[in-house]
Amino acid sequence: MEKVIMGNHAVSYGAKLARAQVIAAYPITPQTQIVEMLSEFWAEGLLDAKFIKVESEHSAMAACIGASSAGARAFTATSGHGLALMHEMLHWAAGARLPIVMANVNRAMGPGWSIWTEQTDSLAQRDTGWLQFYCESNQEVLDSVIQAFKIAEQVLLPTMLVLDAFVLSHTQEPVDIPDQELVDRYLPPYDARYKLDPGDPHAFGAMVAPPHYMELRYKIQKAMEEAVEVARQADGEFREIFGRSYGLVEKYRLEDAEVVLVASATITSTARVVVDELREEGYKVGLLKVRMFRPFPTKDVREALAGARKVAVIDRNISFGHGGIFAEEIKSALYNGSHRPPIFGFIIGLGGRDVTPASIRGIAEYTFEHDTPEMEIIWREVKNS
Amino acid sequence: MIEIRIHGRGGQGAVIASKVLAVAVFKEGKYVQSFPAFGVERRGAPVMAFTRIDDQPIRIRCQIYEPDHVVVLDPTLLEAVDVTAGLKEGGWILINSEQDPATFDLPARYRVATIDAQSIAIKYKLGPKSAPIVNTAILGAFAKATGIVGLEALAEAVRESVPLKPEENVAATREAYNSVVAS
Repeated sequence: MEKVIMGNHAVSYGAKLARAQVIAAYPITPQTQIVEMLSEFWAEGLLDAKFIKVESEHSAMAACIGASSAGARAFTATSGHGLALMHEMLHWAAGARLPIVMANVNRAMGPGWSIWTEQTDSLAQRDTGWLQFYCESNQEVLDSVIQAFKIAEQVLLPTMLVLDAFVLSHTQEPVDIPDQELVDRYLPPYDARYKLDPGDPHAFGAMVAPPHYMELRYKIQKAMEEAVEVARQADGEFREIFGRSYGLVEKYRLEDAEVVLVASATITSTARVVVDELREEGYKVGLLKVRMFRPFPTKDVREALAGARKVAVIDRNISFGHGGIFAEEIKSALYNGSHRPPIFGFIIGLGGRDVTPASIRGIAEYTFEHDTPEMEIIWREVKNS
Repeated sequence: MIEIRIHGRGGQGAVIASKVLAVAVFKEGKYVQSFPAFGVERRGAPVMAFTRIDDQPIRIRCQIYEPDHVVVLDPTLLEAVDVTAGLKEGGWILINSEQDPATFDLPARYRVATIDAQSIAIKYKLGPKSAPIVNTAILGAFAKATGIVGLEALAEAVRESVPLKPEENVAATREAYNSVVAS
């Protein structure tokens, strides 16, 4: 059934279709509508789940950890400061190997107080052991919630899908809402290998001394490495059943491209329009969309950029004291490879400043005009640079 | 692609209007996108909402700066904001007003239409009398003036999208469709 819905509600439909069994969340703009709709589904008897109201995001994640430890499929959603407050529990969810799924609506951190989009909130959680997927459309949001459970439950790591505040969260567009029967075929019920069960007691969360702790970390990294292929396979199976897939990265018009733009989330969508226009004008330009950020798809990125003469990474985020986070990751992925083109790191659109086709065209033109980046960070559309 | 900007005041239903319009056009088989100005809404303050319409999937994801048409839910906004900013030549400016379009001092390169959506909304008891919700009425007028969407698809979209009084809202849409005044 195709419906015109907002990105936040695409998340709600995804969680409902995935048959989330426990939902614990705390309201925060611009995410609130996700859990509002889930609570409406529950109130109407359309969602067979335990809905837990909590007093903070830290507690929301703690409740999901408890639920997932007991073998339930657990879901939550948050944004910006809410995600930051969860930080401690994010490590716990990953360390305990719990396949919790969370939607994070990207929101800039205050102060200055902001409710608008920026990726720094979720990217700052990159070392917590969560898988991360950045979505471009409301359809991709809904589909990624379902895929996220499939992947998380195989590798036993929590998974975060990420969408831009307002640009997706509050934007209405047509979305195909899949049949429950098909989702059930794709995503079987979660069968936890180990769970809290009074009839079969285990100890959880015990002290782990130096002789064993490192091995637990090694296994998390191994699970992350395994997740690359698991995610690829989950996306392939998704295509077989639903006719849609997204890849870990997506190559858009990369054939003979001399300049390759690298983007994530909704900037990708607008960049497609710009690449088409520039191609018509004779520019050899293409676009690489990075959808999966953790684990980082190093092999796919190297392969996609193998023919690029110059790479322009567009970051709507910043790691203060270094630069754009996607740019760092792309540089790191290419360094030990055989092809190392100049990488231009652009920062744009922080705090929800609109990124227009003209913004992206400016980035492409800058890259064509310069042989090397000249600066480690190239700020765009900033008033006092 | 057709791009439409709706100007209103917080509480008048500009955001819902942009969605209802999108749903109606979607029912006629087109691709749509609608969204509020990415901002904070306060009751009574000027707000904007946008709708894009195309025959192909819509990929552009930024606000609308050069609309094909604009809708103005409150005539006092004409003094507060530049509703013609970026408006393309020949574009419609549809104003909620009981006055004749000729009374508005707007550049001749635009087409102007008016509808007394305020009175229609009060007649059908849509919202409080002091602050009636005029969005469904003005969409009827917009459909007639621009021909962008048919009345039946719009009526269906109104019926399924408004939270309260669906039939009264549909009646307001129809009445406005039949009584819009164009320059």
